This record gives sequence, structure tokens and C-alpha cells, in this order.
Amino acid sequence: MRTIVCMKVVPKTEDVRFDQQTRTLDRSGAENEINQPDKSALEMALQLKEGHGGDVVLLSMGPSFFEPYLRLGIAMGADNAILLSDRAFAGADTYPTSYTIATAIRKIGNFDLVLCGEESSDASTGQVPPGIAEWLDIPQVTYLSQLNIEGSMARAKRTVKGGYEIVEAPLPLLASVELGCNSPRFPDFRRKRWAEKEFKITVWTAADMGVNPDKIGSKGSHTTVDELVELPRPSRRMQRITGSPEEEAVLIVQKIKEAFGS
Amino acid sequence: MQDTTQVSEFKGIMVYLEHSAGQLESVSLEILGKARELAERLATDVTGVILGYDIREFGEEAAQFGADRVLVADSPSLAQYTTEAFCNVLAEVVRDRKPEIFLLGATHDGRDLAGRLAVRLNTGLTAHAVQVDIEPETNLLVCGVPGFGGSIVARCKCPRSRPQMATVRPGIFPVPERRPQRKGAIETVQVNTGQVRTKVVERSVKAGVDIARAEIVVIAGRGAVTYFDSVRKFADSIGSAIGVTRPLADRELMPRDYQVGSTGIAVTPKLAIVLGASGAAHFVSGIRGAKTVISVNKDPDADINADADYFVVEDIGRLLPALLSKLEGK
Ligand SMILES: Cc1cc2nc3c(=O)[nH]c(=O)nc-3n(C[C@H](O)[C@H](O)[C@H](O)COP(=O)(O)OP(=O)(O)OC[C@H]3O[C@@H](n4cnc5c(N)ncnc54)[C@H](O)[C@@H]3O)c2cc1C
Ligand SMILES: Nc1ncnc2c1ncn2[C@@H]1O[C@H](COP(=O)(O)O)[C@@H](O)[C@H]1O
Repeated sequence: MRTIVCMKVVPKTEDVRFDQQTRTLDRSGAENEINQPDKSALEMALQLKEGHGGDVVLLSMGPSFFEPYLRLGIAMGADNAILLSDRAFAGADTYPTSYTIATAIRKIGNFDLVLCGEESSDASTGQVPPGIAEWLDIPQVTYLSQLNIEGSMARAKRTVKGGYEIVEAPLPLLASVELGCNSPRFPDFRRKRWAEKEFKITVWTAADMGVNPDKIGSKGSHTTVDELVELPRPSRRMQRITGSPEEEAVLIVQKIKEAFGS
Repeated sequence: MQDTTQVSEFKGIMVYLEHSAGQLESVSLEILGKARELAERLATDVTGVILGYDIREFGEEAAQFGADRVLVADSPSLAQYTTEAFCNVLAEVVRDRKPEIFLLGATHDGRDLAGRLAVRLNTGLTAHAVQVDIEPETNLLVCGVPGFGGSIVARCKCPRSRPQMATVRPGIFPVPERRPQRKGAIETVQVNTGQVRTKVVERSVKAGVDIARAEIVVIAGRGAVTYFDSVRKFADSIGSAIGVTRPLADRELMPRDYQVGSTGIAVTPKLAIVLGASGAAHFVSGIRGAKTVISVNKDPDADINADADYFVVEDIGRLLPALLSKLEGK
């Protein structure tokens, strides 16, 4: 069985600053990380591999600074990593992103499962996974928290409003995986040194993939971003309540009453 | 492929009407209200579209909430939501009717559907918008899309292809007034579901869970997990709804519908009482709309303190018993 895990590297949300003057994001001070739901997707892929054999391929579209994070995924147990990296890919919204990734998936070939995260913590659209499924013309299950494979069929638990549903689908299938549905493993210590020093990441450019140049990057995007605005933080009083637990309880009950104007 | 760049051929606003357990989703009504506003600005009309089985009465209801016309796709093959059937039917409807704007609710199913449909229709889609406006100079749809946990909003447009698609976050816009005397044209649409490869074999949903509009919400974070029973008692005794941070929903302590934050619900109560949450950006964006916030955290330097009107530095294990006995005693 071959599982392709789509993995994105994102700046840690807490580290991103908004520059009021230039109205741009300042990511320079930000530490990066593997998008957390994508780590859950990778963990799910690795568990499936333990049960069914086969291989796990990491696929990512982004600049070369993504490489160390792909190596981290290799150290966790993935077998191969492909980075789609080209200046022409820059500025892509979800349409060209899903197109570019889907084209790469076709080129990798022979896959049974494509796993994504439910959404990315920076752009957080959750639109790339259904987009990929459409380009590949395969079925999709989004917001998945459990997945079992039997033969050529998948059985998935999917979160919906008010509860869940169990969905059956034939392979190949695309699924987007919920953050927190498992605990991603730590990288294997010995594998980590090999992954960092010897493992070779495959890099594909636009030319390597034969993508339609009109459909990638900012040129292929249907949406444009006019401006960024920072929502003003609601002004909060930040008043500390102190005392013994009993005294604090009295004050809290008082505040509850005040909030309802009585 | 249809040419979605013949911009001038596309007219009107279309709203996807979602329903579950025999009710129209409140987000769909919220969008209908917003769509009316946009329609006035563009001097155009609002078309609702609804898919399902035995759903005809929703047509009239949607008209009463603001739709000028409702397209009903009624078929046993649409009794359950499946991505492919709904996407196939809707793609035909959109190709046929050519709306300039197409809005859907950013629910699990709405996002599942919209992401696929936008690629099918070769057009642009903005995700879970919290602001939806018309740009006066161009008459283009402009949507505010939150990123980075919700504090930074990108103003997005879809200038060159149609329809301009967006999913709209639940709980942001008010539900419009229902006017029983308001009538709309109800039209039946052809249902051709095409190839459907997924099959829903089991579905477990509770209706009516909606903490977005609760007047008071007690929210439990990871620091409150051990005291969760007392938290419930506390919430009950003050007549409050209950919410949780993401890690508690991950552990299935409460269903996802009770999760507050950027990947959960944005609550808008008069009072939110947050117990044992650190105040991560993805969480705090969900309590922006709370009028007053009280927080309890044993860490004096917890980030949540800066997002609270009143904060108590205390162990929940010590405070909750005192609170409960105070409330019982009164
Ligand atoms: C893409 C993405 C989307 C996300 N979406 C959401 C979302 O929608 N909602 C959400 O909540 N999170 C979301 N998160 C997760 C978020 O970043 C935080 O990890 C999460 O909010 C932390 O939850 P918490 O505050 O309950 O737990 P923690 O961060 O572990 O905080 C627990 C707090 O409890 C305090 N505490 C512990 N014991 C006690 C005690 N006995 N008495 C008093 N205080 C105590 C501690 O001091 C600590 O501050 C998202 C993350 C990502 C990456
Ligand atoms: N540049 C990218 N490279 C690889 N995977 C991506 C990329 N962008 C998005 N994805 C995948 O799509 C999921 C949802 O992302 P998004 O639609 O941006 O919220 C992510 O969790 C990834 O699995």
C-alpha cells in the first residue's frame, strides 16, 4: 500500500507579528513547524503501514527551508520525501496549490491513499484537500478521525456537525485528518541522524512536472488579497481577583451577577 | 470546461441552504440575511438552493427568511450528504443559473463541498469568511478571511472568474427576521447524482447543539479536565452552556460542536468563564465576541490573563468546591 502524505511547513502562530506600518506579516522572528494536523496525518499513515506494509511518501510544495521538516518526517518513519519547489509556484491560492500537488501525486503514481491535514494553521482554508481529490477524480473524506483499510476498501469516521458519520469508500481515496486524533510519534533517534545527513530529498520544479504554467503560482490563482488587517484585540480590563478560594468565589459570583445587569 | 471568465454573464446571488435533522442550519439563514443586504447593493436577487429528500417545506421557509427564489433538488439519492452527489448536482445548477456570487456555510459539509466544487467550476473560493461586503467601486465581493488563529484578516477578492465563491463562518451574522407573509418562487431542479463512490453506513448526530448564541458559557481547558464533573455542575447551577478547548474535544470529552476557537465555534455570550485554558491564539479568537471574560488559571503568567476582564490565579481544584458551595448556599 502506498500512502502519500501532503505536508506543509508553517510559522508558529504565536510567533507571527503584524507590522502596523507596512501592513504585512513579520515572520522573521517566527519558528517554523510541521503543520500540526499534517503530523497527525503522517502518524496515521505510519500506523497503517505497520498494519498493511507498503510505503509512505511525504509531499510538500514550498521553498527549500521546508527541507529540514521533511527530514523530520523521514526520521519519524516516512520512506520518501518530495519537495515541489520553484519560484513559479509562489503566491498560489488553493486552486493552483491543489493542482500542483495533484499533478505531483499523478507523477508519483501507484498510490492508494492521499492523506492531508484538516487545515493549515496559517492559511487555514481546508480547501486544498477537496481540491486535490477533484483534480485526481478520486473520492474524498474530510475531517476524518479514524481510518481502517480492508482490502481495497476504506472505512472512515468523519466528524460532522452534531456528531459523526462512518463512511465507506474504495481506494484510492483522499482523506483530510483531524488534528489531535492521535499522538504523533517522536522521530527515531538513530533514523534522525541518517535522515539529516544521508537521506536525499527529491526536488521537482515546474519543468520536471510538466504543469500548465498558466495554472500555477499567483498566475493560476483566482483570488487576490487586497490587504491584511489586524483585528483589534477586544479591550479587556485584565483585573486580578485575589483572596482565599472562598473570597474569590464570592467575587466571581458577584461578577456573574454584574454581567447580567442584576 | 465552462468559461468562468465571461464575468458579465453571471448575475444574482446564490446561497446553499444546508439542513440537518429536519431544520435549516442557522448559518444558512445568517447567509440569507447577508445575501439580501448584498442584493440590495447590487440591485439583484437572491436564489437559495437546497438538496435533500423530502425537503419541500424548506423552500417556503427559506423564502420567508429572504430568498426570492428557491431551487429544490429533492431525491432519495440526496437523503444523505455525500460529497460527490452534492457536488455533481450543484455544479449543474451553478452552470445553468450562472450566479455572480455563491455563498455556503463553513460547516464540515459546507467546506467539504465548496473546496471540491470551486475546482470543478474553475473559480476562486475564499474560506470561512467573517466579513462579507461589496466593494463600491467594482461591485466585487470582498471577504475577510481570518488566518493565524484568527487575529489577522486577509481581505480577499475573486476578480476574474465567476461565481465568486465563499464559505461563511457560522455565528458571525445575525439570523434575519422571519416574515411569514413573504413568498418566493419555488422551482424543482433535475437531479442527476452521477458517480458516487462513498457510502455513509452510519450517522450519529444530535440536533440543536449551538453554543454560538448562548448568553453564558463556561469553557473548560486542559487544566480543568480532572474536575470536569464539577465544571458541569458549576455550569448547570448558573444556567450556563458548556464549551471546551480543542484538546478536550480531541480526547472526546465533549463533541467537536462544543469546541471554542478558530477550528471550533466563535461564541458571543454576555459572559464567558474560562477554566484552565492557557490562552492560545487559536482559542482566544473564539471568545473575541464575549462581552465579559472571567478566567481561572493557576499560572500567574498565563496568556489568558491578558484576554480576561477578571482573572483569578488559583487552582481549579480549590476554587470550584468553594464556588459550588457558595452557589448552593445562596
Ligand atoms: C490549526 C490549529 C487549530 C487550532 N484550533 C483550536 C481551537 O479551535 N480551539 C482551541 O481551544 N485550540 C485550538 N488549537 C490548539 C491551541 O493552539 C492550543 O493548543 C489549545 O487551545 C490549548 O488548550 P488549553 O489551553 O486547554 O491547554 P493548555 O495550553 O495545556 O493549557 C492548560 C492551562 O491550564 C492551567 N492549569 C493546569 N492545571 C490547572 C489547575 N489545577 N488549576 C488552574 N489552572 C490549571 C495551566 O496553567 C495552563 O495554562 C489549534 C491549534 C492548531 C495548530
Ligand atoms: N504547500 C503545501 N504542500 C503540501 N501540502 C499542503 C500544502 N498546502 C496545503 N497542504 C495540505 O492541505 C491541508 C489543508 O491546507 P489548507 O487547505 O491550506 O488549509 C494541509 O494540512 C496539507 O495537508
